[in-house]
Amino acid sequence: MANLGELERSVMEQLWATDAALTANELRDALGLRDAADRERAVATTTVLTVLSRLERKGFVARSRDVRPHRYRALLSREEHTAELMHEVLDRASDRDAALARFVGTATAGEAATLRRLLDELTRG
Amino acid sequence: MLTLAAVLGALALALAWPVPVALARAAWPSRAPAVALALWEAIALAGGLSMIGCLLALGAAPAPSLPMALAELAPALASGPIPAGYGVLHIASLTLAAAVAVLLMLNLALTAVRAERERRRQHQLVDLLSDPLPGDPRTRVLAHPVPLAYCVPGFRTATVLTDGLVRALEPDELDAVIAHERTHLEQLHQLVRLAFRAWHSAIPWFPIANRAERAVITLTEMLADDGARRAVGSPALARAIERVGDAGESGAYPDAPASAASDAAMLTARMTRLGGGDTVDASLPRSARVAVLSAAAALIAVPVLAYAAMLGIVPR
Repeated sequence: MANLGELERSVMEQLWATDAALTANELRDALGLRDAADRERAVATTTVLTVLSRLERKGFVARSRDVRPHRYRALLSREEHTAELMHEVLDRASDRDAALARFVGTATAGEAATLRRLLDELTRG
Repeated sequence: MLTLAAVLGALALALAWPVPVALARAAWPSRAPAVALALWEAIALAGGLSMIGCLLALGAAPAPSLPMALAELAPALASGPIPAGYGVLHIASLTLAAAVAVLLMLNLALTAVRAERERRRQHQLVDLLSDPLPGDPRTRVLAHPVPLAYCVPGFRTATVLTDGLVRALEPDELDAVIAHERTHLEQLHQLVRLAFRAWHSAIPWFPIANRAERAVITLTEMLADDGARRAVGSPALARAIERVGDAGESGAYPDAPASAASDAAMLTARMTRLGGGDTVDASLPRSARVAVLSAAAALIAVPVLAYAAMLGIVPR
């Protein structure tokens, strides 16, 4: 059986790959299907639920409680989480704009545009 | 008691202004960053102890020792008149000493708690979002165009690179950046940075605290550079720094690194050292190192001995 950290990643990959909210059973099936050839890696629904509650606590997953069984979806996209992480690292800079100007200077035009967009989103958020 | 107060007061003043200013301006720290770091630590510790000690000695002046003064004053705390021989100034001194000590401790604790929370969040995000660098599972690669490297300390450490950085650098330059970040982690630079950040945030209006923090950040960057050049040599490191500006230094989580640390002056200082070539020639002579370390030890010894005298442990 895979460890919890790996399972968290696998569950998030599944949730990021779809716009729909999934149940723990659907997630287990999706995970099991992928590892069908490898019975050792098969996971129980309770394990998936454990992983989901850990992910919910960490703020990666949102749970809708008004339906039974509960459905889970990714709170933010992978890119948004990456932006959050970069934001936290860069934000420790006292003079953020100067640091970013240097970063932008080293990026290609396309990358710089992406960065600008992300930054604008962060600033507005 | 008043002699002790005068000695500690003079030391506190010297360590609050002229000494750190001189050290921040000196050129030798870049030739012996570890020694300079020890001196900064001694200055901060001795400065704090002296300032609090001076106030304690002033407040306890009417009594032969601090415990005796406190024993005389304790009953008056709950009710009743201030004992004979004590005035408002004595009480104010002791209160101020306690307030300063509590402020510094609380600030350190708060800064540490905040850093720990950030560190945990970083680990969560890094675990979920990054993939191990092929052939080097301790280094994680994050899909992001901005070239950036940093490290997340802790019981389990992580060195994080963006794929923007991996694309921007040659393999030996990348090795230099990884070795730089790993040196931060191995030498626990986050701890000394944390202490100086807490000090700075306790007295943000005091310019010396800002200068001290910047000096400490610069010195830890230089130490990390030394680690990187022991691993891969100066040219690769210099090229890496040149190519991505401060990508190699935005790290040393959980502190205010990136541009607080990465302004042009600091980059220039780091590049100058690397250009200096031969490490052995450039480093400070042994005798000078010993002298600086002795001075650092003496700085701490003065307030420690003064406290012992105040407590009546050693005769004055």
